[in-house]
Amino acid sequence: MSKIKVDHVYKIFGDDPETALKMLNEGASKAEIQEKTGQVVGVNDASFNVEEGEIFVIMGLSGSGKSTVVRLLNRLIDPTFGTVEVDGEDITSMDEDQLRELRSRKMSMVFQRFALFPHRTVVENASYGLEVHRLPLEERTQRGSEALKRVGLEGWDNNYPGQLSGGMQQRVGLARALAVDSDIMLMDEAFSALDPLIRREMQDQLLELQSELKKTIVFITHDLNEAMKLGDHIAVMRDGAIVQIGTAEEILTTPADDYVASFIEDVDRTRVIVASSIMRWPRETVNPHDGPSVALRKMKEAQLSQCLVMESNRKVVGVVREDDVVRLSRERAGSIEAAIDDSVPRSKPETPIAELYAAAAETSVPIVVENEDGRMMGIVPRISLLAALSGEDGTNDS
Amino acid sequence: MIPEIPLGDWVTDLVQFLRDNLDFLFQAIRSLLGGLIDGLEWLFNLPPSLVMIALFAILAWRLRGIQFAIFTALAFALVDGVGMWEPTMDTLAVVLVATLFAVAIGIPVGILAARNAVVNAAVRPILDFMQTLPVFIYLLPAIMFFGIGTTPGAVATLVFALPPAVRLTNLGIRQVDPEVVEAANAFGATQNQILFRVQFPLALPTIMAGVNQVIMLALSMVVIAGMAGAGGLGAEVVRSVSTVNIGLGAESGISVVILAIFLDRVSEAMSAIGQPPSE
Repeated sequence: MSKIKVDHVYKIFGDDPETALKMLNEGASKAEIQEKTGQVVGVNDASFNVEEGEIFVIMGLSGSGKSTVVRLLNRLIDPTFGTVEVDGEDITSMDEDQLRELRSRKMSMVFQRFALFPHRTVVENASYGLEVHRLPLEERTQRGSEALKRVGLEGWDNNYPGQLSGGMQQRVGLARALAVDSDIMLMDEAFSALDPLIRREMQDQLLELQSELKKTIVFITHDLNEAMKLGDHIAVMRDGAIVQIGTAEEILTTPADDYVASFIEDVDRTRVIVASSIMRWPRETVNPHDGPSVALRKMKEAQLSQCLVMESNRKVVGVVREDDVVRLSRERAGSIEAAIDDSVPRSKPETPIAELYAAAAETSVPIVVENEDGRMMGIVPRISLLAALSGEDGTNDS
Repeated sequence: MIPEIPLGDWVTDLVQFLRDNLDFLFQAIRSLLGGLIDGLEWLFNLPPSLVMIALFAILAWRLRGIQFAIFTALAFALVDGVGMWEPTMDTLAVVLVATLFAVAIGIPVGILAARNAVVNAAVRPILDFMQTLPVFIYLLPAIMFFGIGTTPGAVATLVFALPPAVRLTNLGIRQVDPEVVEAANAFGATQNQILFRVQFPLALPTIMAGVNQVIMLALSMVVIAGMAGAGGLGAEVVRSVSTVNIGLGAESGISVVILAIFLDRVSEAMSAIGQPPSE
């Protein structure tokens, strides 16, 4: 069962949502509806599921409705139509008390501009959710302090937020969300206000925390690189509607429409695309027990000046070059074994291709992609690495 | 032509009606306000003036430092020296009681106005009315309701000094960063928890600026209160004007100024207490 289930949710700001909904169903655009009826479509027919323990990223430009969507999940904004289920419970029908219970026990939130309480010390901020639970002072201070330690702010307990840098303030925001120990964390552009270096540090820290805590995280961002780095699944939003949901790689390799395609133009593809998605099978391989003339004929037919040497169990032992094989052939050697050069670059299938460029620069031998048993799954020639940079997916064998 | 509108008659009738039917209420207010003011006057005049001056100087020192303490001691010594000690203490009592009631009424109304658009819309014109209507216009009915003495002066002072407490409380609460309030909501805080633990503390500097304004306005009303028969420096000023006594005017006038500066600086310093340090 999905942790969060959003089903055909609309948010229409204005006094006549029915008319706006009707126009939407008839295919009218957001701008048209606003012009004709004055109703503002915030979210248009959003449906998605967030699985337990995953980071679900909602990405879009400002005004795309992403911050509205995340607020529909804890009803800081009430959806106009549709249902939102958390742990199988429909939160759209909850009354005030149930809603407070949901917000204080099941969900916590991290905000773009931190939204810390400036009149409270760091530890009082971190333990705010526990104060709402009416926990005794001592216990909540202790748990707040632990949460601060977890985000690397040990010893700052009694400072005020105004005395901290932006990155540290957002760590307090993160600690405040962690301290209540809720299953779900909603992060609204949590790192967008930070400097790029601090932002990357926070992203790494979040991933590290996540590997340990396994929360269900809904993360809002306008930064595609951030989305790709953090998201197990990514939903791309435009004009209040979700245009595509998929893994980072799905979105990058098969964008749903031109909008998504233009969005991903700037992304650092090499950190998202992995070796297995651009590898192909080599045109030809030779066996270490092949005689030089057999090997030479195979290479000529495939028009290769060098060829991988693979045993019958698909383990690559090295590479042979045409010149060496010709020499062995003249010497009438029994096999090509003497010519095998075992310095072959190797990679795992899930390695991002960014990590392969250095190896590719050093040798002309294609990179061998191996599974855990060391059996070859495919190769990544240099040309495919270059093609991946330009946005060609490089999977077709040319 | 517009027919004649007998507004004056209506108001006269209304005042008469209130006097006839709500007398018990006015008597209760008179006992409460008058009693409080009399009590404070008695208290302030109980110790010798030198003891009071020392207390004021210590307060000044704790709140603002040694310089202000020296100023306070010298200034109040001057007040005592020109023979204005007792009327100054009487005026201080009236100002404090009027401020107390203005704050006790103004802050809750300001909070309501900040949270409710209807209340806000209703309160604004009333505040404008209270601040711009010439004081004598409501001093007269006040005297009719409460009789000559300290109470009508204190009531007129209260009416005149109340608006900043409402306005600045309203403003202060509205100025609290909406994202911070949203954060409190997102963590499941109740409306009361948000009001008392987030909005009010964050609005406090603005609210305290309002209290400072209340005190200053209350002090500026002492002369008017003196006309209504309240004692204190107001009475001295009125006496100096009616007898063309320039010397007495100077002595009472300078005492008003000294009390004003003292109250302003002290209330200003108090509003900074409990505020977190910034970077």
